[in-house]
Amino acid sequence: MDAIFLQILNGLDKGGAYALIALGLTLVFGTLGVVNFAHGAIFMMGAFCAVTLEKLLTLSVKVKDESVTFFDAYKETPYLELWFGDTGTAIIDWSVPLSIILAIPVMLLIGIVMERFLIRHFYKRPHAEQILVTFGLAIVLQEVVKAAFGANPIPQGAPDIVSGSAAVGALFGLGEAVVYPWWRLIYLAFSLMTIGLVFSFLHFTTYGMVVRAGMADRETVELLGINIERRFTIVFGIAAVVAGLAGVMYTPVLPPDYHLGMDFLVLSFVVVVVGGMGSLPGAVAAGFLLGILQSFSSMTEVKDIFPGIDQIIIYLVAVVILLTRPRGLMGRRGVMES
Amino acid sequence: MSNTKIVSPKKDMIFMAILSAVVLTMPLWLQPFGAAYPDLMQKFMIFGIFAIGYNILFGLTGYLSFGHAAFLGVGSYTAVWSFKLLSMNVIPALIFGTVLSGLFALAIGFVSLRRSGIYFSILTLAFAQMSYNLAYSVLTPITNGETGLQLEQADPRVLDRMSGIVADGSLPTPNLFGIEGIGYSGFYICAALMLISFFIYLRIFRSPFGLKLRAIKSNQNRMGYTGFSTRPYLMTAFVISGMYAGLAGSLLAVTDPLAGAERMQWTASGEVVLITILGGVGTLIGPLLGAGIIKYFENIFSAFNDTVLLNAFSFLPDWLAHPVASLVGLFVGEGWHLTLGLVFMLIVIFLPGGIMEGISRLSRLVTNRGKSDSHENKEKEQTSAGEV
Amino acid sequence: MSEYILDVTDVDKNFGGLQALSDINLRVKEGTVHAIIGPNGAGKSTLLNVIVGRLAPSRGRVLLGDQVLTGKEPHEINQLGVARVFQTPEIFPELSLLQNVMVPAFAKREGIFKMNFIKSLFSENEVREHAEHLLEDVGLIDHKDHLAGSMSRGDKRRLELAMCLGQHPKLFLLDEPTAGMARHDTNRTIDLLKRIKERGMTKVIIEHDMHVVFSLADRISVLAQGAIICEGTPEEVRNDPRVKEAYLGGEAE
Repeated sequence: MDAIFLQILNGLDKGGAYALIALGLTLVFGTLGVVNFAHGAIFMMGAFCAVTLEKLLTLSVKVKDESVTFFDAYKETPYLELWFGDTGTAIIDWSVPLSIILAIPVMLLIGIVMERFLIRHFYKRPHAEQILVTFGLAIVLQEVVKAAFGANPIPQGAPDIVSGSAAVGALFGLGEAVVYPWWRLIYLAFSLMTIGLVFSFLHFTTYGMVVRAGMADRETVELLGINIERRFTIVFGIAAVVAGLAGVMYTPVLPPDYHLGMDFLVLSFVVVVVGGMGSLPGAVAAGFLLGILQSFSSMTEVKDIFPGIDQIIIYLVAVVILLTRPRGLMGRRGVMES
Repeated sequence: MSNTKIVSPKKDMIFMAILSAVVLTMPLWLQPFGAAYPDLMQKFMIFGIFAIGYNILFGLTGYLSFGHAAFLGVGSYTAVWSFKLLSMNVIPALIFGTVLSGLFALAIGFVSLRRSGIYFSILTLAFAQMSYNLAYSVLTPITNGETGLQLEQADPRVLDRMSGIVADGSLPTPNLFGIEGIGYSGFYICAALMLISFFIYLRIFRSPFGLKLRAIKSNQNRMGYTGFSTRPYLMTAFVISGMYAGLAGSLLAVTDPLAGAERMQWTASGEVVLITILGGVGTLIGPLLGAGIIKYFENIFSAFNDTVLLNAFSFLPDWLAHPVASLVGLFVGEGWHLTLGLVFMLIVIFLPGGIMEGISRLSRLVTNRGKSDSHENKEKEQTSAGEV
Repeated sequence: MSEYILDVTDVDKNFGGLQALSDINLRVKEGTVHAIIGPNGAGKSTLLNVIVGRLAPSRGRVLLGDQVLTGKEPHEINQLGVARVFQTPEIFPELSLLQNVMVPAFAKREGIFKMNFIKSLFSENEVREHAEHLLEDVGLIDHKDHLAGSMSRGDKRRLELAMCLGQHPKLFLLDEPTAGMARHDTNRTIDLLKRIKERGMTKVIIEHDMHVVFSLADRISVLAQGAIICEGTPEEVRNDPRVKEAYLGGEAE
């Protein structure tokens, strides 16, 4: 029982990341009709926003270490600590959450630039060409990041106060041994909140309603004299922000490296397909579902019965779903079907 | 881009003869380009085979697969196992590598081809990723995981031992009845196989079968109402292209008997897509050109490092030489993939028909300037330029 | 062998709650031209889709001669001898006109699947000559090496006709074969269709252009709101008051 509970929790935070990436992918499919293979790279860029901010905050200078008295010793001290003392240290400690403030405008800008200068010209071109050009872009982005930050993963710490584990077991009347890292709980809450925000934007604002109408029937919306293309640009930007924030917050869970994007891209496409192309709730549900499934399949008890199942479970599910329910769990009719 | 003229077999034979002459004399005419060494020329041939095979699927039917690296990998692993267990002779290695990849393609195609368009691409992606993950984890006894599968002195090599060939001291090398699989003889083995593969590929292009594949790409809906079941056609094309990939993979193992899982990753499939697109999707020799160009520049670009670059820019004043060298350094050496990605994007954006489209555009430009002809003539140029 | 080449019995088709076809009975004699007319949205194209296997009927049965078509795949139905031209021409835009016509000819010769890459297209003289002959028939032979996608809409329609004719279908279904054509093209198409009528090919034709209908059809069925409201010779239909009310009277053409 304890183990099962823990596996579900384990799956939920990973599922949260899948859901956030898949949400953006689906939004872009549904509105622009574009298959974006660079979406994983956007997630990765978000993660590197956090890395960049941390690097900026910890810009250091060599200061004489007073505690060593036998000889002249120097230690690296961040400017922030020199200038602001303990406040500076706290700022550095909170660099990951602070990165959100940086990531929102940066990712929005990246998204809008991408849409304006590249994606826009591929609305009417075949899906194969969309896949290829965004695949090329993904390679370019990841190589640029590799050139700038090197090939090794760069660990990011969560703020000290939440770096421990929560005794969730006691909370739910389970064993005391059931503990779970605070940060991953925060990630789960964060992803739920972001998903909630995106959905309320789409459902409760006029802007969002127009976008949804455009998803359902673009021509009619345009006939009403609404400039849907401009809104779609913003939608692309929002998708980029969502993926970017997912990346920022994921850094304490998984140290980012340049091929993080490609790793998550395939998975999130699988999530989208399982959820049903063009279905936002489908993408979210499938994200969490596959996350949980994956964490169950990596239990040793399961692996003993099906060796290697943890490596392929998600793909296997995708194959089965595509063959039995071509439209996915919640797919709409006629989306991406020739 | 498309072949609208029906070409006579005689013309094709002439074409084949010219191609053979060009390929077999490579060691001569590649000298001035500094590319006439066997290793590189073998790569031209191997990736040529990989790309023309891929073109049978993507070029003729329009189905975009991201799973072909898996077939290449299966070919490599099988060939190395054949070297280990049976014989260092390349014949069994090539046969097993090709056949096994074909069977693997049959299984994956059976499932993936139930869907079309983007769904097909994602299914092949999923299978490629599954193969890659498995090769790294549970299949380690077969693939030797991260280290990669390699030859050992103590390998059984049953057939070799039966015929009294015993490896002495050093590791044995793959050979064709004593002709070495590396060096110039190795190049000629690869070249011969490439030409045979190309000949079959040419026949497919020119046959009713090829026409039907192109018809599927053009309008699958009409194909159904025309009385064809498209699935078996797609299946055949998928398996054939999987076998080409398997052959290429086994040849890679011939030139260097070491097989690693990274060969199977889906991004590796991206390379063959790039080669095909760069050359010209659906054109006859485009993929060969693409393979040659990519492998040639990969070879040149990867060789650059900071010192070489600084030397190259030493004519500049010091304060300029360093920044210029490091800027260029982004795109060469380790940064070769960045160049590749950029080229890929530029080609898809501006020249979706690849180099072959570029050539036909240029030739039209030239002929139009030469003689200001009627519309009719222009159209003819268009069709004849797309022939090859 | 029944005397009817096409026998549609009690066919219903529902889309969700919408009844697109109800209780359709249609019998077409061999060698005749049967026209189906009716206002937009009456279910004419749906009926053709049921016959060629694109849609499965919710109830009822379709026979071609003695063979059951219901439940078969479109390609199987085609191989039994049913060809169709579409409202918007379905051709192979990236192939030449000649190749467009050769593909269905291969289907006729080789069946559902044949892998054949030994012989070159060039040596397939029989098929090629047959295809050239067909292109000549529809007046497109001068453009045989052009890309089909570059032709005008009218030419595409005639190309599609040639593609279907090349299969010598027992039953030829035409969905508005002259829609969007200029007058002289329409007349040319009528001539062409008359010529195939002389060859004894059975045709079912959906058409809005009454000039075409009355110059070709042996019998006419009138479809309104998914049901056949009247059937008879052109004379009978012309004089039927129900038809006038439902169709000719309402939106006369």
